[in-house]
Amino acid sequence: MNESYASVMPANAYNWIAVWRRNFMAWRKVALASILGNLADPITNLFGLGFGLGLIVGQVEGTSYIAFLAAGMVAVSAMTSATFETLYAAFARMDAKRTWEAILSTQLTLGDIVLGELVWAASKSVLAGTAIGIVAATTGYTSWPSILYAMPTIALTGLVFASLAMVVISLAPSYDYFVFYQTLVLTPMVFLCGAVFPTSQLPGSFQHAAAMLPLAHSVDLIRPAMLERGADSAALHVGALCVYAVLPFFASTALFQRRLLR
Amino acid sequence: MNMSTVAIDFSGVKKSFGDKLIVNDLSFSVARGECFGLLGPNGAGKSTIARMLLGMISPDVGEITVLDEPVPSRARAARVRVGVVPQFDNLENEFTVLENLLVFGRYFGMSARKIEAVAPSLLEFARLEAKADVRVSKLSGGMKRRLTLARALINDPHLLVMDEPTTGLDPHARHLIWERLRVLLARGKTILLTTHFMEEAERLCDRLCVLESGCKIAEGKPDALIDEHIGCNVLEIYGGDLHQLQELIRPYARHIEVSGETLFCYAQYPEQVCVHLRGRAGLRVLQRPPNLEDVFLRLTGREMEK
Repeated sequence: MNESYASVMPANAYNWIAVWRRNFMAWRKVALASILGNLADPITNLFGLGFGLGLIVGQVEGTSYIAFLAAGMVAVSAMTSATFETLYAAFARMDAKRTWEAILSTQLTLGDIVLGELVWAASKSVLAGTAIGIVAATTGYTSWPSILYAMPTIALTGLVFASLAMVVISLAPSYDYFVFYQTLVLTPMVFLCGAVFPTSQLPGSFQHAAAMLPLAHSVDLIRPAMLERGADSAALHVGALCVYAVLPFFASTALFQRRLLR
Repeated sequence: MNMSTVAIDFSGVKKSFGDKLIVNDLSFSVARGECFGLLGPNGAGKSTIARMLLGMISPDVGEITVLDEPVPSRARAARVRVGVVPQFDNLENEFTVLENLLVFGRYFGMSARKIEAVAPSLLEFARLEAKADVRVSKLSGGMKRRLTLARALINDPHLLVMDEPTTGLDPHARHLIWERLRVLLARGKTILLTTHFMEEAERLCDRLCVLESGCKIAEGKPDALIDEHIGCNVLEIYGGDLHQLQELIRPYARHIEVSGETLFCYAQYPEQVCVHLRGRAGLRVLQRPPNLEDVFLRLTGREMEK
C-alpha cells in the first residue's frame, strides 16, 4: 500500500458515523414514502408468486412455496435496497449534489465517506429485509424470533451489495450505465441463487458457479434461519460474504481516489 | 519568511493532466493574516491550485506547506484548521440552514451541543439569523454563498480558501460578501481567494499573483503592480477606425493596446491625446485611473474575459 492510497483510507474507527448521520437526517424527511416505496415491490412478488405459483408448485424442500419464497424475498430485498441506495442516491451525492466534495474539504477521508455510505446502505437493507420478515411473520409463514436470527445476515448482505455497487458507481460515467449492472448481474443472480426456486433445479455446472455468487451465500444463511433449520457450512457462507464486502470496499476507494482526487 | 508566520507556501509546483500543463513551476507564499489573491482568467489553473492546497490534487513536482503541515501527505491535519468556500455551492438543499451547520460540524467531530453553541454567532455573521429554519433550496444565491461562508467557519479555521467567492452574484450580494470578508481579515484570519474579478482583487487583496495558463506572470501588492506596469492615466477609446486612431495618437501615448473594438491609450498627459481626438464624430472617450485590468492587458496582450 503506497502512501497516497493509505491517506484515503478511513482515518479512524468513527469518522464514518458523521456520514451515516447525514444520510439518516435526509432519510428522516422522506421516511414514510421511502419505506412504502421499498416494500411495495417485494411484497407484491411475495404474495403474487407465493399464492399464484404456490398453488401449482405445492411443497418445496419440505415447506410451503410461500414460506420458501419469503426467505428468498428477504435476501433479494436486502440486495436491491442496498444496491439502489448506492447506485442512485450515493452516486448523486458523489456526482451531481457534490456532497462528497463538501465532506472532502473537512477532516474526513474518502475511505470515511465510502464506509459511511456502505453502513448506511446496509441499514436500509436491514429495514427492508426486516419489514418483509415482519410481513411473513404476521401472515404466519415464519416465526417472529427467526427474523432476529436472520438480521445479521441481512445486514451483511446489505454491506456486500452496497460494496459491489460502489465499484459500479466509481467506474460509471453516468446513471445510464447502471442498467447493465441491474439486468446483467442482479436479475440473473435472483434466479441463479435459489431465491425463487431451489438451486437443485439448475443444470449441474450452473449449480457450482451459482454457489459462488454472493446472493447464494445470503440465501443459504437466511432461509435456514427463517425456516428454523440448521444452516450447512455457515462459517463458509459468512466468510465468503465478508470477502465480498471487504474487497470491493478497497477497490472502490482506490477507484474513487483516481476519479475524484487526481 | 519564518515558517510560523507563513500560512501557505508553494515552491516549484508543477501539475499536468495528461499532456496538458495546468500549473507550471509556481512558487508563492502567503503570510498569516494576509488576504492573497490568485487572479487569472478561466483556465489559468486557479481552481487546481486551490484543490492542491487542500490535498485533493497532488502536485507532480514541488513542495506545498499549509499551516506548517506538508501537503498532500498531512493535508487532513491541515484541513482541520482550514475553511473552504468552493466555486460551486455544495450545500444540502433539502436541509434547513441550521441543519446544514449541524451536519457539517459533525464532519469535524463536533458535538451537537458545541455546534448549537456556535451556530447563532455564525448565522449572525452571515446575516442569516432570520433564516435558521428555512430550507436552503428557498434561499437566494447571495444567501447561499453567505451560508457557505458560515459553514466554512464552523471549525473556527485559521485559513479560508475561497474559490471565486462572488462569481454569479449580483453587485449588492457581492458587496455584502466583501464586507464580511474584511471583518474576517480584521479578526486576523488568513484568506486565499481565487477570482477573475479585478475589482474584487483590488479591493480585498493585500497581495496577489496574476496567473495565465498556469504560469505566474506577476506578483505583488495591487497598487504596486499598477504603478510598476502602467503608472499613468488611461483613455478608453471606441467607435472609430482603430488603425487610423492609433497612428494619430501614438506620439502622445506611452503605450497603446487594442482589445476587441476598444483602444486603450496609456498616457502621462491624457489631455494632449484628447485635444487630437476632439471633433471626431461617433468617437467615445473615457478617461480613468489605471487598474489591474490594464496590468493584465499589458502583460498578456488581451483582456480578461468576464
